Amino acid sequence: MAIIVSLDPRVTRLQIQADPEITSEPKPDLDQFQTYEVFHQAKSGAHHTHVGCVHAPNAEMALVLAKETYGRRGQTTNIWVVDTGAILTMRAEDSDVFETTPDKKYREVSAYMVRNKVEDYKKRQQLGTKK
Amino acid sequence: MSNENKRAGAQKSSGLNTEALKDLLFRVADDSLILAHRHSEWTGFGPLLEEDIAFSSIAQDKMGHANALFKILHEKLGEPNADAIAFGRTEDQFKCCQFVELPNGGYDFSLVRHFLFDASELIRWQFLQQSSFEPLAKLAAKIQGEVKYHVYHAQTWLVQLGAQGNEESRILMQTALDKAWPYALGIFEHGAAEGALIADGVFVGEDVLQSAWLEFVTERCAAAHLTIPTNTTAVLGGRKGYHTEHLKPLLDEMNEVFRIDPSAEW
Repeated sequence: MAIIVSLDPRVTRLQIQADPEITSEPKPDLDQFQTYEVFHQAKSGAHHTHVGCVHAPNAEMALVLAKETYGRRGQTTNIWVVDTGAILTMRAEDSDVFETTPDKKYREVSAYMVRNKVEDYKKRQQLGTKK
Repeated sequence: MSNENKRAGAQKSSGLNTEALKDLLFRVADDSLILAHRHSEWTGFGPLLEEDIAFSSIAQDKMGHANALFKILHEKLGEPNADAIAFGRTEDQFKCCQFVELPNGGYDFSLVRHFLFDASELIRWQFLQQSSFEPLAKLAAKIQGEVKYHVYHAQTWLVQLGAQGNEESRILMQTALDKAWPYALGIFEHGAAEGALIADGVFVGEDVLQSAWLEFVTERCAAAHLTIPTNTTAVLGGRKGYHTEHLKPLLDEMNEVFRIDPSAEW
């Protein structure tokens, strides 16, 4: 009978006989824990940024696992975990509610025409102090 | 630090019992190194991806602690370099307790060992922050956050599987605790010169550590609905270089690269 050859040499070293009777089956649904969304804070006072999720049986376990999954590289000051089910979101088919937003340039900072006013003000100030 | 303080510090460490100090450093470092290796054997086999990452990361931390202690032994106490100490010694020269060399078994045993050992480690490093041997006190302060997380990780799992899992998981954890306990007591086997360490203010000693640990793990085990075994005798010998049959194969595997090429960089 054939021996199981794995990419992991430790598995290969165990010399496990492949059993032709055993065939691999897809895992059943809900085989895994629920997910928690993870928010990472890089500096004290900074925003928490969404970085991904972890599988865990409860919030405490999620926090313990998120610490190493998302906090082991780079600087971290804090982590939040939130039950994925607790997040209310738009349905994908409702994304049309955002459709005309890009047209409304006047709502963007770059569209505020105050630069000229600021420069005028500065000029007047300089003239004033020279007097 | 002023020059005056520097001189006082130098006088203090030169007055310490160096053999006692080395014995302590080897005991703590060897525990970290061997348990790090055991933990790393789970890499790729963890019960879920996130836990695989966390446990592997904890293993790396422990390897780092061993390395830092070997560096102190090399730079301050005249021992060979870290690689030579870690990979160049024979089994009987290792001072680790037998607890850390036991095979991983199932995840139940690995977690229980992780909890019992790391609780002792957390409290040991807390005491070492007050050590009269400055390099050790500094290291203790530096790594306190890591060991705190290790215990936080371990006890969260303990409560999860003991109190919040099902009867099967609780029984598995209790059985693992019963098996681990006599070996866990062996953590506190006295070193070669316990009295000198205490007298020099290097460390409070294993007895003080053991009672603080017992109080800590008793409370945590109760929260996890686990019962601490009674009438057990500590498994001793590791601190004197007597080991189980499991240590040698572990060392053979760990030293494989070093034996082929001691100067290899990896």
